[in-house]
Amino acid sequence: MAQESMTVHLKVWRQSGPEDEGEFRTYTQEDVNPDMSFLELLDVINEDLIKSGEDPIEFDSDCREGICGTCGCVVNGQAHGPERGTTVCQLHMRVFRHGETIVVEPWRADGFPVIKDLVVDRTALDRIIAAGGYVSVKTGPKPDANSLKIPKPRADAAFDAAACIGCGACVAACPNASASLFTGAKISHLAMLPQGKAESTRRAKRMVEQMDEEGFGACSNIGECEAACPKEISIDVIARMRREYLKSMFTSH
Amino acid sequence: MSKLDSRVPEGPLQEKWVNRLHEIKLVAPNNKKGISVIVVGTGLAGASAAASLGEMGYKVKAFCIQDSPRRAHSIAAQGGINAAKNYPNDGDSVWRLFYDTIKGGDFRSREANVYRLAQVSNNIIDQAVAQGVPFAREYGGELANRSFGGAQVSRTFYARGQTGQQLLLGAYQALMRQADEGSVEILPRREMLDLVLVDGKARGIIVRNLKTGDLERHEAEAVVLCTGGYGRTYFLSTNAFNSNATAAWRCHRRGAYFANPCYVQIHPTCIPQKGDYQSKLTLMSESLRNDGRVWVPKKKEDAKKDPKDIAESERDYYLERKYPSFGNLVPRDVASRNAKYVCDEGRGVPPTGRAVYLDFADAIDEQGEDTIRDKYGNLFHMYHKITDEDPYKVPMRIYPAVHYTMGGLWVDYELMSNIPGLFVAGEANFSDHGANRLGASALMQGLADGYFVVPYTIGNYLANYDIPEATTEHDAFAAAENEVEEGVKKLLKSDGKRTVIDIYKDLGDVMYDEVGMSRTKEGLAKAREKIVALREEFHAGVKVSGDDGFNKMLEVAGRVADFLELAELMAVDASEREESCGGHFREEYQTDEGEALRDDENFSHVAAWEYNKGGDPVKHKEELVFENVTPSTRSYK
Ligand code: FES
Repeated sequence: MAQESMTVHLKVWRQSGPEDEGEFRTYTQEDVNPDMSFLELLDVINEDLIKSGEDPIEFDSDCREGICGTCGCVVNGQAHGPERGTTVCQLHMRVFRHGETIVVEPWRADGFPVIKDLVVDRTALDRIIAAGGYVSVKTGPKPDANSLKIPKPRADAAFDAAACIGCGACVAACPNASASLFTGAKISHLAMLPQGKAESTRRAKRMVEQMDEEGFGACSNIGECEAACPKEISIDVIARMRREYLKSMFTSH
Repeated sequence: MSKLDSRVPEGPLQEKWVNRLHEIKLVAPNNKKGISVIVVGTGLAGASAAASLGEMGYKVKAFCIQDSPRRAHSIAAQGGINAAKNYPNDGDSVWRLFYDTIKGGDFRSREANVYRLAQVSNNIIDQAVAQGVPFAREYGGELANRSFGGAQVSRTFYARGQTGQQLLLGAYQALMRQADEGSVEILPRREMLDLVLVDGKARGIIVRNLKTGDLERHEAEAVVLCTGGYGRTYFLSTNAFNSNATAAWRCHRRGAYFANPCYVQIHPTCIPQKGDYQSKLTLMSESLRNDGRVWVPKKKEDAKKDPKDIAESERDYYLERKYPSFGNLVPRDVASRNAKYVCDEGRGVPPTGRAVYLDFADAIDEQGEDTIRDKYGNLFHMYHKITDEDPYKVPMRIYPAVHYTMGGLWVDYELMSNIPGLFVAGEANFSDHGANRLGASALMQGLADGYFVVPYTIGNYLANYDIPEATTEHDAFAAAENEVEEGVKKLLKSDGKRTVIDIYKDLGDVMYDEVGMSRTKEGLAKAREKIVALREEFHAGVKVSGDDGFNKMLEVAGRVADFLELAELMAVDASEREESCGGHFREEYQTDEGEALRDDENFSHVAAWEYNKGGDPVKHKEELVFENVTPSTRSYK
């Protein structure tokens, strides 16, 4: 049943630019509809800020339906907030209590420098993909799609890894700020399929090295990434990344 | 009135594309390295075009407004992608896919383009599979297919409810591979704000770096625009928050014709609006209509009741009743309009009365909850999360919302606009869907254009045309940059009472009311007046805070300024098209049974509008010639 409208206090990280130190500022909002999403609440607060001549809270978002991976902030200490398997754009106010103070911060990691307020630079993730997160095929005539049969369970498992939206929550949640879940997901997706098999060890080697170069930490099997992942990608992908990486140690390139 | 040259090749339909490919002049490999191409937008069309052009040896610059090319709005497409593979052996063929698409578009698209689309559809599936796109498969290991709105064969390939995501990631990965090779430079968080012409030819763009606010000049021998549609003219739509028409509109202001702006698709299965705090609506894939049954109560008095208290005999499964052969699978425009009608009659369901039920109870009874979960699990999950209602237990509530725009910049057969050197691909062009797009055709068109058409046809331009010399120091770049700068400054200076979003919402209301699912001459005239008034109010003083650095509301302000111009053109186009076709329904033109009434004698043409600063837009017509099919009345009865 629909709840009554609620009042919440938002303690939000404000930082005017990469060089600025940043600080928390608190905003109180009354009459919050529990069916609102968390980002819709930020929209409402921003409209008021603009009307009173203040700078709105900058945050990234686009699809607002949990698929593009653009949104992302730490809510009450958790990447994307308290609900499992949910991006912050799909987090609804009904999960909070009337009168609650909600703390909102950007992703914090060396690999993700802050641009403004809750907006961070995640281009490091693109560079990890560029280091091998693909199958090396050109555009043009290809064998008929059905000439390659892939057992359904394998295709499904590859899909589970491919479901990553590249939001960076795994990095934000990890005490070491490791990007292993992200990197492992792409390595696993492609290594599980015959199309990606041929270059799987080379891929793993290059992507892992790129991840290190970007300043992301090492994985020590804490598992916070899996808990924070809005697509609930399993930490098994990291084990597979390690296997593929190890194999690359024994094969010369 | 000037005549538009579509440059459709001579010869039989089946051979046109092959012949054109043979005729196309090739650019010598050594020359390609010196030729740069700008691709704006990295959705399916943009990412696939940029990746393919990079592979071919061009120097490519790929721009996107998002922080990563992987986030373009194609990512949100749920349902699937069509191809004429005929794997299920249910009688499909290239011809049938072509015919369904042209009929679905209500005979308002160019025959040769649509045929080519059907022809290359199969290559797309082969390409995607080779890239490792994890399509759904059968237990035997073959690819799975399903049927989708408007088709009587199973030709839709899918990857759970995330087909767009998986196809886009495939194209994105191909793009990043080229970035790694050094053939493509990726420029994220850049918004194209002007097209630069030298001697009438596209020679570059001005972009705003959204991270720093700096304006940048970029030069190239050709520009490929893949910036999507203009659905967000309606404010509320299923398009992503940042989707916009600015790049296309700025090209229009530089002389590119805008074709058929009134063709807008209103998708029948979206989650109904709940409150005025919303800035976008969520689509539920229409694949749900394969198993869900659409209904409202027969009697107005029952509308407020709990659905479980409405007896089977008191329910009106109106699509099944009115269209027995297609039932719940009628094309999108028909499904949407009928939802509007039953709600207008007062039979819409709570809480707002602007909603109908999509009920899975029978499907769950017949197939079991597990089967339904397997097919639609993620969609049900998403619905549950947003509405707090469990669709396994209670019927979903849905209502139409703007989803896709069939109109766009005019292009010829080679996807070049009337500005030489400016190519337009994907939803941003007008070319393939006529007045209504069939389900699972958007992904097909985006990838067809990007992988298999533009990379070849662009060579024809580069090898044949005399491209003027120019660097970014050229006066044309300076002038364009100046204009952009003035525009940005003006927005920051104005300081009225109402915010960008306030005015934008008003625009959305006008568009839904008068330029929506059902239109009239008077309504459109009224809309035009209101749009002009809103535009004046906007320019007289809209409140934008912040400075010229990173400032999202400033970005939105620029886009709304353009929507306020485009909206007027949409109203004009809708008013001048005195017939009903596809998504464009004029109340004055309907059959006795309330179905759309086309006027082939007078309106079998593309209306391509020329920008006319300060005056009325100028219409140019491209007559549609049907040599292979005979336009018939669409009937889904
Ligand atoms: S805005 Fe796209 S995932 Fe949240």
